[in-house]
Formats: sequence, structure tokens, C-alpha cells
Amino acid sequence: MSARDAILGRLRAANHARQPTLPEVAAWYTAQRRHESTSERTTRLCTLLEAAHTEVHVVTRTDWTAKLLQLCVDKQLHRLLVGNNTPHGNAVQTCAPGNLQVLRFEQPVAAWQDQLFDAVDASLTLARSAIAETGSLVLWPTPDEPRLMSLVPPVHFVLLDEANIHADFHEAMTQEGWSAGMPTNALLISGPSKTADIQQTLAYGAHGPKELVLLLLQTQAAEEGGAA
Amino acid sequence: MKKVIPIHPREEFQARSRSVLNDPAQRKNFRGAMDYLQSKRRAQFVDDSELQGLRTLGEAIRQYSLANLPRLLEQLEANLQARGVQVHWAQNADEANAIALTIANKAQASRIIKGKSMVSEEVGFNHAMEAAGVEAFESDMGEYIVQLAGETPSHIIMPAIHKTKQEIATLFAKEVPGVHYTEDVDALIAIGRRVLRRKFAEADIGLSGVNVAVAETGTLCLVENEGNGRMCTTVPRVHIAITGIEKVVEKLEHVPPLLSLLTRSATGQPITTYVNMISGPRRVGELDGPEEMHLILLDNGRTQAYADEELRATLQCIRCGACMNHCPVYARIGGHAYGTTYPGPIGAIISPHLLGLESTYPLAFASTLCGACSEVCPVKIPIPDILVRLRNEAQAKPDTEEGSLRGSGAGRTVAATAVWSMWSQIYSRSGMYRLASWFMSRGRSMSPSEQGAWTQSRTPLIPAPKRLRDLLKEKSKK
Repeated sequence: MSARDAILGRLRAANHARQPTLPEVAAWYTAQRRHESTSERTTRLCTLLEAAHTEVHVVTRTDWTAKLLQLCVDKQLHRLLVGNNTPHGNAVQTCAPGNLQVLRFEQPVAAWQDQLFDAVDASLTLARSAIAETGSLVLWPTPDEPRLMSLVPPVHFVLLDEANIHADFHEAMTQEGWSAGMPTNALLISGPSKTADIQQTLAYGAHGPKELVLLLLQTQAAEEGGAA
Repeated sequence: MKKVIPIHPREEFQARSRSVLNDPAQRKNFRGAMDYLQSKRRAQFVDDSELQGLRTLGEAIRQYSLANLPRLLEQLEANLQARGVQVHWAQNADEANAIALTIANKAQASRIIKGKSMVSEEVGFNHAMEAAGVEAFESDMGEYIVQLAGETPSHIIMPAIHKTKQEIATLFAKEVPGVHYTEDVDALIAIGRRVLRRKFAEADIGLSGVNVAVAETGTLCLVENEGNGRMCTTVPRVHIAITGIEKVVEKLEHVPPLLSLLTRSATGQPITTYVNMISGPRRVGELDGPEEMHLILLDNGRTQAYADEELRATLQCIRCGACMNHCPVYARIGGHAYGTTYPGPIGAIISPHLLGLESTYPLAFASTLCGACSEVCPVKIPIPDILVRLRNEAQAKPDTEEGSLRGSGAGRTVAATAVWSMWSQIYSRSGMYRLASWFMSRGRSMSPSEQGAWTQSRTPLIPAPKRLRDLLKEKSKK
């Protein structure tokens, strides 16, 4: 008998006095979920992200590239990795000054792994959405914006549209219909890489980015409101 | 791997406990760490009704998953296979290691980089790989420190909790080439980061555990703060995940409540830095991620716990470690004293299934049954009830219906059995009880002053000069 059959056989032989019903997860979340405005939700997300050592900058569709480039100057970053032919990557590449080298992730990682590990200062990716309850950014890496972009460079810039903030993880996965088809890799990122493994002392940049920087794109209405 | 079965498990456990109790530095480390983790958890659960509601939901999800376990395992297997993941089943540690070695040989791999996995500790993965000439390198900072020191983890969430930064500084200066002594934690972490980045880049295989496996989507969920888990599952060309068969749930929506309970209970975080959900190897067109992916499903005694409806609750565990963080025994003797991969209250109730009661029965007695563990357990495992059950199993009469587990009766001694059988004779017959209590009270001057473990730190037990019966009689005469 194969190990598989033996294990399943032993499990099937067990008695069950009662058969539990399917847990009502959705009902619990609906009851728990608070009713809040978009701005309250945004504030909740940003507060938690900042508490987890994330830098948050509120930007608009017109000024976000300028902000990003200024941050690169402030942080003395010289090589910025962007996705392959993404609208936001292209936007940065178009207006990058001469002293900022903008690299594209266009080849399989094996072809340039050493460069990625040792010679890239920062990366820029899009967040698909975010979760206010836990202060998390949701990333679904794609062939254009691969998995290692949000992991290997020491500084990670993330662009998030304020309209895509969910109340909690359950709402994010149900509203976006995750169970219909998961990508190779789905990620929640809630701060820079960290560890407390040495005497419970918090240290950032354990293996992943030392800095996580959120560029929060405000919706048009807020922009107009701000301008008025 | 052959497990070393202690010949005198009780004495060996006592000796290990005593050595920690006599080491003030270690006791201070553990006490400090437990206070830290307890206060972090408390700060996460300010609303008790929310906590209790979430615990009830977590328990329901785990019980539902276990009730449907064989079906969910088959569904998980089918969905993973459809996404190009090879699924393997292992009945014990030897089979699990053999599967990993076969994968390594086929891939012509000589270097494995490991993310944190308690199941890999359970099967003695590193030793098995080393014996076969394959390097297995730990990449979680705590695990890296512990491996560098040639030790094993003393806590399931914080492996190097028993070490001070001074000890780690000395260890790094001695073991890492070109490193000078520094107690600066940021500098120490930077050293680990530098060493391990090379290891990630060079490794052929990445090994990881699994926190939750989702049957309906064929997804493996991993939580971590450091990013080493993501490195291990993304950089090397082969990814092997290893997990106990109990970790599966049916639906993706079962993940959020379990992860919320897990991270808040474990380290007092609303969520870990990374939640990594993997549903297969690199697909056509993708530029990174492993080209080959495997899942090893391990039994190793879990089906024994599953067979018994009371003990099945042991498998509800999501490995948060809150039970050990709140255990008055663990806080004093630490993780190594238990002598098992999983220490603390959960270790005491899971280890008998993995290793047999013959070597692990003393752990069930290393509890005051205060109930702190079950009070904080995020999935409401009735740990004290199970400890009592295991005590009974340990003292069951061999070859009878009383004992149903591997190693039942291993803790039975002639002296204890004789004392309890005499006690039960006396207490179930009023004449005998009257006679015995008369002799005890009248002969109280003959009570021994040395009463074994009791008198080590307490005054001897001496019966009262008059029994309650005598006092009542006197009162009624007046």
C-alpha cells in the first residue's frame, strides 16, 4: 500500500460523533466590519503602516513622479528598478534625470541575478489594493512586475490608488474574487522586512527591503477638494 | 532518522529542567521573553468580545477542516497537481527525508536554503541531508543563529530566545569569517543578511513550511517578518514545502480569521510583514519563481491523534506558541528541557503521537493544570483535559483497553500503582476509611519528617490529632 493510501485509510477509519457545518466566516466579518468613510479608511491604513515603520506620502496623478524622483535624491538612490513596460514604470523612465539609472525587469532573473542582488538600490511596483484593518498592501506579482521586485532591492516604493482600499482581508479576497483563480504568488506586505530574533530587539532590513515607501494616489475628488 | 529513545525519560527530563533552573541567566532570558510576548499579545486583544468571537470562529474552522480532512487533502492534492505542483505523502520522518533526497538527487542539487519550518525540525531534516552530503542552511535569523551554535530551537516562533545578544556577538565573531565582536543588534542582523544573501543566490533548493494550505485553490500560505521565507520560495530553482497533514482548510475565506488569530496570538502583530500565498511554480512568461515545486504531506503519528475523538483536538493547533508563552512551567524551564521538537503545553500533547508515550509521558505531568494555555489558545484546544487523558494513558495497565496509544502504560510504576489502589480501597469502604483515619490521627507522631519531593520546599504533612468525625462527636455530646 502506498503511503498516501495508508494515511488516507487511517483518516477515513476514524469515528465522527458529529459533523460540523461549514463555518460562517462571511457573517462574522459582516457583523464586525465598521462603517467608515473613505478618508477614515485611508487614515486607518496609513496609521498602521506608519506604526510598522512605513513611509507614507500622499500624491496626485500629476505630481507622483516628481515626488518619487525627489525621494530618490533625498535617499541617494542611483539605480531604480521598474517593471517591464508598465504605464507607471514608463512614466518614471520618461522623466528620470541623468543621475538616476532606471532599470527594467525584462529578462528571466537567472540572466542578471547578481546585478539584481547587488546593484539595485530601489524598486517601484504597483499595489493591487490594500487592507485597512491590518495596514497591508496587496501585491499580485505579474510577468511585468515579478515577485523579486518587492523583495530584493533595499528600498521598495509602492504606488497605491486610494480607491482600492478594503476594510479587511476577507473583504479584499471576496470583492476581488480571489477564489476564482489565484496567481502563482499573492502577497500582503505590511512594512519593511524586520526581525526581533536577537533578544526581542526590533531590526529592519532582515532579508528584504529596509525601507518601504507608500505613494498614496488620492482620487480626483480629493485633489479638487484640496485645490479649492 | 532513528529517534533516540531515552531509557529513563522521567529522570532525564528532571535533569534537563534542573540544569535550566540552576542557570539564572537563562531563566532571566525566558522570563523576559515571556513577559514581552504576553504583553504584546494582550495589546492586540483589547476587545474581549471580539477575541472570543474570533476564537469561536477559529475553532469552528479547524474542527470543520479536521472533520473533512481526507476529502480536503485529496482536493488540495488535485488542485496543486493541476497547477504543476508535485505532491508527496510521507508516513514518518524517514519517508519525508527520503522524498526530499530523491528530489535533490533528480535536480542534482547540493545546497538547500531553509525557511523556518518546525516540521523540518520534527523530521530531523538537517541531519538527514548532512548525512547524504547535501548542505541544509537555515535562513531565519533565529534559526541561523541556533544552527551556527550547533543547537536546536527553544521556542517554535522565536528559536533563539534562550540566547543573549552578548552570546550571539561572541558566536558571530567566532564562526563568521571576517567578523569582529559587536553587540549592536542592527550590525549583527546586517552580518546575517550579508551571509544569507549569498546563500539564497547559490542555493539549488528552497525549503519552507506551510502555515495554512487551502484545498479549493491549491494555495500554500506562509507568514513571516524577515523575507527569508519569500527568498526561499522564490529564488532557488526548486521549492519544496513540507507540512503536517492537519494544516489544510477548505476555503480561501478560512485563511483571514486563522491568520489574524495566529499572528496576534504569536507575536502580538495585527499581521506579519509578509503573507506569502503560493499557488504553483513559475508559469510560462513569468520571469522569476521556482521552476519546480513540491509539497510533502507528513503524517508521523498525527493519524493516531486523529483516530481518537478527544485527542483529535490536538490537531486543531495553528502553532502560534501562545500556550508556551503563558505557561508557568515553560517560562521557568524553557524549551530545551522538554527534549522534544515542540516544547511547552502543545509539545506535551502532540509529542506522544510523534514519538510515542514511552519517551514523552513525563511531559504530561510537567503542568500545574492551571489552564492558562487553554485560556489563550486561539482555537480553544482543551489542553489541560488532554494532559489529564495522557497522564491516564501513561499509567494505563499494559495490554488492556485502558491504553490506546503507542507507549501507553510506560509511566506505570509498582509503587504509585500500589499507593493508588490502596487509596481507592480505603476511600470506597467506610469501615476501612474509619479505621485508617483513626490510625493516622492517633499515630501522627510517627509521620515521617522526610516526605520525598513534598518536603524539599515544604513542611511535612502531619494528620490532625482529631478527625472531623471525632470533633463532631464531641460537639454533639456537649
